[in-house]
Amino acid sequence: MTMSDLAVTAGWYMALAALLFSIGAIGLLTRRNALVMFMSIELMLNSVNLTFVAVGKELRTLEGQIATLFVMVVAAAEVTIGLAIIVAVFRRRATASVDELSEMKG
Amino acid sequence: MDVRVIIFVIFAIAAVAGAISMVLARNPVHSAFGLLMTMFAIAVFYIMNGAHFVAALQIMIYAGAVMTLFLFVIMLVGVDTSDEAEEHIPYQRPLAMILGSGLLILIVASGIQTWVNAAAQTGRGSLGTIENVSDELFGTWLLPFEATIFLLTIAAVGTIGLAQFAFNLRVASGDDDE
Repeated sequence: MTMSDLAVTAGWYMALAALLFSIGAIGLLTRRNALVMFMSIELMLNSVNLTFVAVGKELRTLEGQIATLFVMVVAAAEVTIGLAIIVAVFRRRATASVDELSEMKG
Repeated sequence: MDVRVIIFVIFAIAAVAGAISMVLARNPVHSAFGLLMTMFAIAVFYIMNGAHFVAALQIMIYAGAVMTLFLFVIMLVGVDTSDEAEEHIPYQRPLAMILGSGLLILIVASGIQTWVNAAAQTGRGSLGTIENVSDELFGTWLLPFEATIFLLTIAAVGTIGLAQFAFNLRVASGDDDE
């Protein structure tokens, strides 16, 4: 393949999404700040959305974009609840680090 | 060379750089801005895939609402970088790096055949116009769409309940000293 007929395929998007998903997974495992862990989850959801849209284009169907819309709605609900929990925990324990919250006792 | 290749490479670098800076930044505010850059780059990829409506929603909901909420909570909780230094679980970071790299290798190994063989995308593709998406969303997917109303209502009520619960705990334990 020469440089002139190099074209973007759905495979490029899927590879990029796989890389972003792995970075998000590493972030989720390494960081202890609950907020940054949440952001890593958002990154993983976004990379899956990118796969949905790219494959939907490849298969000439709208279902990929519909799935992305539903993922966005669920992510919005999840962020609302998650951040509310973080704020509630912070008001009680004055920390956002998950390592400090290892006991079951409130 | 196709102009799409150039745009893809530029925004792929932006997306990966934003993601890596999100993971590595010690300050949560810097993490939020790294994620913001990744989300804008992904919005560009949506436009390149003909998903114009989803791209608009990506910028409005994710880059707009969700990231604003994140920044609000970071400011509320306070920028705390102190407790990242010490190790609580032994070998957490090396293990996490190995597991994450293993995940990437597994995904690449299972997907590389499909990625290489994927056909080049042709045409301008006006699949994702608001008209098409709304026809699909309010036709075939009407019932799931209605179900999201309950989900969002439950999330909103749950948030209020959590805030009230935390307030009651403070009052009950008597540390209401501000």
